Amino acid sequence: MFHRESGYYKTTYAEDGALYPLPIAKWTVGILLALFVVLPPLTTAVTGALAAEYYISIVNLILIAVVGAIGLNILVGYTGQISIGHAGFMSVGAYTAANLAVKLDLPFWITLPAGGLMAAAIGAVVGIPSLRIKGLYLAIATLAAQLIIEWIINHTPAISGGSQASIEVDRPAVFGYPLKTQRELYYFLLLFAVLAIVGALNIVRSRIGRAFVAIRDQDIAAEIIGINIFRYKLTAFAISSFYAGVTGVLYTYYLGIANYENFLISTSIDYLAMIIIGGLGSVLGAIFGAIFVTLLPILIRLFMETFGTLFFTTAELNNIIPAMRLGIFGLLIIVFLVLEPEGLNRLWRNIRSYFRVWPFSY
Amino acid sequence: MEWEFTLLLIGNGVLIGLMYSLIALGFVVVYKATDAINFAQGEFVMLAALFSAAVMVLMELPFWVAVIVAVLGMVSFSFGLERVVLRPLLGRPVVAVIMATIGLAAILRGLGPMIFGAETRSISLPVGDEPLRLGPFILQPVQITGALVALAFLGGFTWFFLRSRMGVAMRAVADNQQVAMAMGINVERYFALAWAMAGIVSALGGVVWGAMLGVDVHVSLVGLKVFPVVILGGLDSIVGAVVGGLIVGIVENLAAGYLDPLVGGGSKDFAPYVLMIIALMVRPYGIFGKRKIERV
Repeated sequence: MFHRESGYYKTTYAEDGALYPLPIAKWTVGILLALFVVLPPLTTAVTGALAAEYYISIVNLILIAVVGAIGLNILVGYTGQISIGHAGFMSVGAYTAANLAVKLDLPFWITLPAGGLMAAAIGAVVGIPSLRIKGLYLAIATLAAQLIIEWIINHTPAISGGSQASIEVDRPAVFGYPLKTQRELYYFLLLFAVLAIVGALNIVRSRIGRAFVAIRDQDIAAEIIGINIFRYKLTAFAISSFYAGVTGVLYTYYLGIANYENFLISTSIDYLAMIIIGGLGSVLGAIFGAIFVTLLPILIRLFMETFGTLFFTTAELNNIIPAMRLGIFGLLIIVFLVLEPEGLNRLWRNIRSYFRVWPFSY
Repeated sequence: MEWEFTLLLIGNGVLIGLMYSLIALGFVVVYKATDAINFAQGEFVMLAALFSAAVMVLMELPFWVAVIVAVLGMVSFSFGLERVVLRPLLGRPVVAVIMATIGLAAILRGLGPMIFGAETRSISLPVGDEPLRLGPFILQPVQITGALVALAFLGGFTWFFLRSRMGVAMRAVADNQQVAMAMGINVERYFALAWAMAGIVSALGGVVWGAMLGVDVHVSLVGLKVFPVVILGGLDSIVGAVVGGLIVGIVENLAAGYLDPLVGGGSKDFAPYVLMIIALMVRPYGIFGKRKIERV
């Protein structure tokens, strides 16, 4: 990731598909992971406990978004099937886990996979039309799925838990010890983010991932070379929705409440924006996108609260900030689509290839 | 009594359905000519409504000025949009165009309230608001106006695409861009023209819907109804937009009348989508749509 590649050429397929392209990559990943592990105590030491709690809560949001963005990227970036209904799958996961946790008093290591699997099942059902329809039609079908899931959850008290369609959930407990602070929750979320990253990297470099890419690039040709399109499209939907369901569960545990208002169409669009800004068809891109899109509204708010007070009253600011967030968001999507379709990941690659032979020109 | 209730629901469904097709026509014209999918159609309508509200409420000018301003504003807006955003995306995957228009929708929904203010403004059409009683039907004048405008556009577009030279050229562009170019048709100009036509439809749709709902950011939500309409009718069919609109209008009114007491409300927004899912499974290219044959 940060190491310089030079004088190393891949001569076998096994090398090409390896998880670590170079031996040194293991070191980079190891050091990065170690940095993430010591991040909370480090932040606490630098800023004090209270501020650290706030900063780590933002990092936690990013970790949750990373899981969802990687999942969506498997479907949209790798398989080429668009979904505008991913927040719907997230709410399926969230409510499944919340109901299991509250009504049956189950621990997170049951509710989390259960939420993911439930979302995967629903996602596979939504994916069934993808055999016949694609592109725009699929976009609209998934949009419909989003609205229908929203409506069903909202109108079924058995799922949504009655008033205001929200269920309160306790924080997850590890060996009977509840994770109360953000810094404790951080390790819980970090574990799943790492699992999601490793899982996705292994999917996309294996047979399944290659089949996904073949379907994306030319589905009829893929069928002719012996890929069962129906099965792989449904697999893509199921895997992607599983990630989405897990994201929903993680978010529910993070907030301590399952509420469908956190999973509206706007959330689906946020996640689509993440993978477009980050880079379609790349795990690293999804991570970049998740970081960028999660930080953007926080930075806008910070900026406006610092400088905006010079021009506007507080009441006006409360109207302007969400509107501005939405506007900048849309603008960024369009700018990236028009100017840099491969997203932040491409910019990162450009920087890297510049430094590959630096300071020599060839 | 029961059949009168049904008739009343159907009558209102027809009117509201025609108003839906007014919005859907803009979507269909763009898709027909340029293969571009406009997920911001609802926001187009909102923008037009904001234009007319700005003229009528803030500047207190008469109604016809508002209509002219809305039309001119929307035409120049869609010209610019085609030029700046959609032309660079030509030949890119369909996901890119979908996302670009979704991004555009976000921009409009963000900027609209920032520029025009967040409060709801009411604009009124010069048709009065005394409901018209006709046998079992009780009809709102705003809705009748909207339905008539939609029918006028249906006639106008049908004539345009079948009879006028430009309309025939536009159909050629839609059918095969390269061949159209070889025949000496300026394809890019017709793309711009298609977007301008969508702008005109949205402008009038915005005035009518704005008068019915009140002008604020929520007007854009009618855009969500466009998809069931166009999928049912066929994405590239003008007649399909009207028929699809009628079906959606009638179905959602019947659902609201008969299902709402059973499920506790909201089936109006739910029923069209269920219908659309069924349509996608059975006949994805719609009632009047053209079936696309795909080759490697």
